[in-house]
Amino acid sequence: MNLGSGILKGLVETARNFVGSYYDPARLVTIQYPDERLPLPEKARSFPMLVYDGEDPEKGLRCVACKICEKECPPQCIYIVLDRDEKGRPRRRPRIFDLDISVCMSCQICVEVCPFDSIKMNTEFELSTADRFGSLLLHKMDLAKPASYYLGLHPVEAGQVNARLAAGPGHAETKAKPGAAPAPAAGTTSGATPAGSDRT
Amino acid sequence: MNRRIPEDVLIEALSTGDLVPESPPRAAVLPRPDKAPQAEAEASPHPISRDDSEGALLEVAVGPHHPSTHGVFRMDVVLDGERVVRLKPVFGYLHRNHEKLGEGGTYLAAMPYTDRLDYFCSLTNNWAYALAVERLAGLEVPERAEYIRVITAELTRVLNHACLIGFLLQELGAMGTPIMYAFREREKILELVEALTGSRMMCNYMRFGGCRCDLPNGWIEACRDVVDALPRFLDEFENLLSTNEILMARTQGIGVLSSELAVQAGVTGPMLRASGVNYDLRRVDRYGIYDRFEFGVPLGAHGDVYDRYMIRMLEMRESVRILQQALRAVPAGPIINPKARLRGFKPPVGEVYGRIEAPKGELGFYLISDGSANPYRYRIRPPSFINLTILEDMCRGATLQDTVVILGAVDIVMGEVDR
Repeated sequence: MNLGSGILKGLVETARNFVGSYYDPARLVTIQYPDERLPLPEKARSFPMLVYDGEDPEKGLRCVACKICEKECPPQCIYIVLDRDEKGRPRRRPRIFDLDISVCMSCQICVEVCPFDSIKMNTEFELSTADRFGSLLLHKMDLAKPASYYLGLHPVEAGQVNARLAAGPGHAETKAKPGAAPAPAAGTTSGATPAGSDRT
Repeated sequence: MNRRIPEDVLIEALSTGDLVPESPPRAAVLPRPDKAPQAEAEASPHPISRDDSEGALLEVAVGPHHPSTHGVFRMDVVLDGERVVRLKPVFGYLHRNHEKLGEGGTYLAAMPYTDRLDYFCSLTNNWAYALAVERLAGLEVPERAEYIRVITAELTRVLNHACLIGFLLQELGAMGTPIMYAFREREKILELVEALTGSRMMCNYMRFGGCRCDLPNGWIEACRDVVDALPRFLDEFENLLSTNEILMARTQGIGVLSSELAVQAGVTGPMLRASGVNYDLRRVDRYGIYDRFEFGVPLGAHGDVYDRYMIRMLEMRESVRILQQALRAVPAGPIINPKARLRGFKPPVGEVYGRIEAPKGELGFYLISDGSANPYRYRIRPPSFINLTILEDMCRGATLQDTVVILGAVDIVMGEVDR
């Protein structure tokens, strides 16, 4: 083999890539990001949000302040205080629900353990801010998002959740039981699809 | 380059200022020096007091913010002229208490942290940890989940090896081109991973007894398209690099690691196989369902940097073979063992060591359970950390520029070294 032939062989490849990038879209993979955007996949996730039904985020919040997510969160970034009425009886809703997204690592374990389908993953990722203390601690009203928003983000998963909720109360406990994989995508053959919603 | 030259000739050449005696160009077919460089250096009783020495040793700290050290890693190098006399790896700059955190939280809570070990290969990290806990709790994994695990692990291997070669070439001075080609392929694989797990790097996908969620619609087809396009990319990559004279001159005969030393030091993975030791956990341990696939284990003959590069090229081709077989045979069925518990998981008392062949070597998790919800002891055997321990033996006698290349071929990720 002549000296330099290996380098020439490599240069042919670079030339092929260079010229090919004008003709072959598969070789031109760069996206001009803020102007062009790729659609996010169905399962994309950034940070958690709280889903509410109806119009009023205060009343319709699915969260009942059971604090399971607070307990299971690996970096302990959730802080919940249960709301109580004047006589001190619990109201089954959070008075404070804080989530520190500077600590959160988007692991989705809170979503998996929530028996009430209340906490779900948002896909908003352009969250840079100049205020690194206040703006990164999200409060209840920052986290509350309508169910229609959730359905728009994760149509398949939200459809299954809606079917499960429509099956009535008491089903929430079934979901929390082990073995029920959280929100498998459509077309699965696992037993945890909405087809299993007749289980009580 | 100077490995072929007998020492007396070398010293004479260096002392007369005739630095590079005529040396023929290297090609893959040319015979390679069979003499290890460190053997050469150790043969001399006083390697420091050579004629080319200026009398003083120079201590240089390469890193922790040196661009060639793959993150925050420091090499305290003692140089005699241009030659490395001593080398001390210093790490711990990225230590984040992973093992203690694992003992403080539940078994499940440690799973997202394993993503951050070797952040290029979070899916294999997940698998190793899940495998250890499954052995501890005696959980079976359904067929479909086993196939998904093999597919994701082999995709990860391709991704890791392609990027490593890109980084290695970057350190050899090939600025941009190889790493951009590698990242173009990585991007395709990451898109698959994102569609499957929802995240590009921090996947948190495996669960004890299976996987977190099922394959989305059309994923297998999309994966098959990517896998079928991989051989073309590998051909392109090989044409670009494998016979490149500069690459061969800079890597052949550099950083030679003998098979005896490699075995004694506990080196695993492509580095061990480049030294000619036939040891691949996918074959030896037969964890998962690897016994169902046909694949070869490429072995090197010289144990130098070029062999480590070539082993990774060949392993990518074997991974493509495994992927093609696995994608044809993914069965229907559940993806998680119905007995698996997400909350309140308490494995029985016992201890276990679970290991897999991660792209960088043997990744093992050693767990002791006292029957409670958190592990009593949680210990990781990281491949890149153990492979790094013999860096001095490979670098002694080499020049500083070769040290960078030798380190690059070890394939370290500091998240895993420091934990």
